[in-house]
Amino acid sequence: MAALLSVSNLSKRFRGLKAVSDVSFEVPAGAIVALIGPNGAGKTTTFNLIAGVFPPDEGAVVLDGRPITGFRPDQACAAGIGRTFQIVKPFGELSVEENVLVGALAREKSLAAARSHARTVLRRLDLDGMAQRPARSLTLPDRKRLEVARALATRPTLLLLDEVLAGLRPTEVDQMVEVLRDLNRREGLTILMIEHVMRAVMALSDHVVVLEHGEKIADGTPAAVVADPRVIHSYLGAEDV
Amino acid sequence: MLTRRAIILAVLLAAALVLLPLVGDRYVVSVVTTVLWFAYLGQAWNVMMGFAGLLSLGHALYVGLGAYVAGALYLYAGVVPWVGMAAAMAAAAAAGGFIGVLGFRFRVKGVHFALLTIAFAEVARIAFDHLTFLGGSGGFFLPAHDPGMADDLLNLRGSPVMFYYVILALTVGALALARGLLHSRLGYQWLAIREEPDAAEASGINLFRLRMLAVLISSALAALGGVFQTFYFSTLFPEQVFSMGRSIEIILPAIVGGTGTLFGPILGAFILTPLGELLTFVVDQAGMDAPGMKQLFYGAALVAIVVFRPDGVWPWLADRLGLVRRRGEDE
Ligand SMILES: Nc1ncnc2c1ncn2[C@@H]1O[C@H](COP(=O)(O)OP(=O)(O)O)[C@@H](O)[C@H]1O
Ligand SMILES: [Mg+2]
Repeated sequence: MAALLSVSNLSKRFRGLKAVSDVSFEVPAGAIVALIGPNGAGKTTTFNLIAGVFPPDEGAVVLDGRPITGFRPDQACAAGIGRTFQIVKPFGELSVEENVLVGALAREKSLAAARSHARTVLRRLDLDGMAQRPARSLTLPDRKRLEVARALATRPTLLLLDEVLAGLRPTEVDQMVEVLRDLNRREGLTILMIEHVMRAVMALSDHVVVLEHGEKIADGTPAAVVADPRVIHSYLGAEDV
Repeated sequence: MLTRRAIILAVLLAAALVLLPLVGDRYVVSVVTTVLWFAYLGQAWNVMMGFAGLLSLGHALYVGLGAYVAGALYLYAGVVPWVGMAAAMAAAAAAGGFIGVLGFRFRVKGVHFALLTIAFAEVARIAFDHLTFLGGSGGFFLPAHDPGMADDLLNLRGSPVMFYYVILALTVGALALARGLLHSRLGYQWLAIREEPDAAEASGINLFRLRMLAVLISSALAALGGVFQTFYFSTLFPEQVFSMGRSIEIILPAIVGGTGTLFGPILGAFILTPLGELLTFVVDQAGMDAPGMKQLFYGAALVAIVVFRPDGVWPWLADRLGLVRRRGEDE
């Protein structure tokens, strides 16, 4: 498979601290790739570099053969990147539907077309029952689903999910895993997900990239990665697998 | 969405406003003219703060620029206000655009952006104090209208009733424009920026472009209010026109009524201006010499709102009277 996303030699320092250091990996078109690693490993920073929150100190990001290094977030979105935030950022005073509508407006110029697309996405994520509630009134699990819905509404070619399963109950995790699998299988949506819930990582991903202290320490199939001594030592040993 | 009751109420209110000069005396008409002027200016300010989340504490700058530009064009070049207003709006938008570029390019945020807006209004106040060809600190004056003459709408010289209808039309126009904006693609994207700029940007919104649009529209609208001011009052003093106090007077109705709502600025102006007038009247009647009384009242009103109704009076009232179908929505 051709790589949809290709990240090469990405580095980012925050005053002295090397948050991401010479990281390279690829996300094949149509794949689900998981990005794992302990807290502070540089996973979210990697997302921010891909999605244009800040430019990398070194390295390049290529989406579908097109360099997008140093793009602003809105340009990255236009190029096809949809992202969620680990610390959710709903538009609190807007309704759930309006939150998703804003996402849909990224591609739709007409309000009516955007609204209809937003409603489809809301149903997809089982949020249609609370469409008219203000987003600030949602519980954390619902807010996480709203993050996914809003990102999905921008019609991304690559969806970046930052710990969308964290804080969800097991049944909710299973539901979300089903939705993501379905999006991937049926619509061919490519997903790069940061995830701590190893059960979901094993169930969903074709490929796993492991970061530690900003560096990539492993990269392979889920089975190969969990068997890697360095990964076990640095990360999995401390967690319930 | 508005309920049926709200529509009936709006029609009644509109009819009352249209008929007011036929039944009300001169004093009532002049008070309501001031009310509508502040309602209009509050609506203009609301586009920046209420819609796009940009706090401007220097809106007097745009009003004042509009006032002086249209006034000077009329007095020195005979340009009728309806043409001069284009130049007035362009001048204010240029000033707003300059502040916007400075603020947004250098990522000046929140309170610091507000300070920037104050600074420019202060600079204008001092500059206009020294612009002798516009009267400087001594004031700028338009020749008064001869009461014996008929209303001249083209040159905006006429009776208080004519001005009343002009500002009523402007206020209704601003309301319609604000409503159109709020319910457009642009409006939703502004609200997204106001609520959560990072997430808005990730949703494909160009923050710089949309914030600039908000400033340009808001400052141009404010300038139109300034044009009205010049021709209605016929006098402009930089110390008043560009003062911090004026900026606060512009902001207060919108905050009291409900920032970000469509009817907030109008309701707020109808609450504050008459109360301020009444207070001045009572203090005068009592023979007291108490300058700053109105400011004190505005301060107290602000404290009361911040403490008891931080969302403003309109959302609460609309809910109480059953004027909106859904909570948390302005319509
Ligand atoms: N905007 C920022 N400014 C300064 N330091 C940051 C910033 N973002 C992340 N960091 C630091 O970079 C390191 C990696 O953080 P992050 O990418 O959030 O890790 P992860 O998502 O893997 O838990 C941490 O030490 C964090 O404190
Ligand atoms: Mg993180």
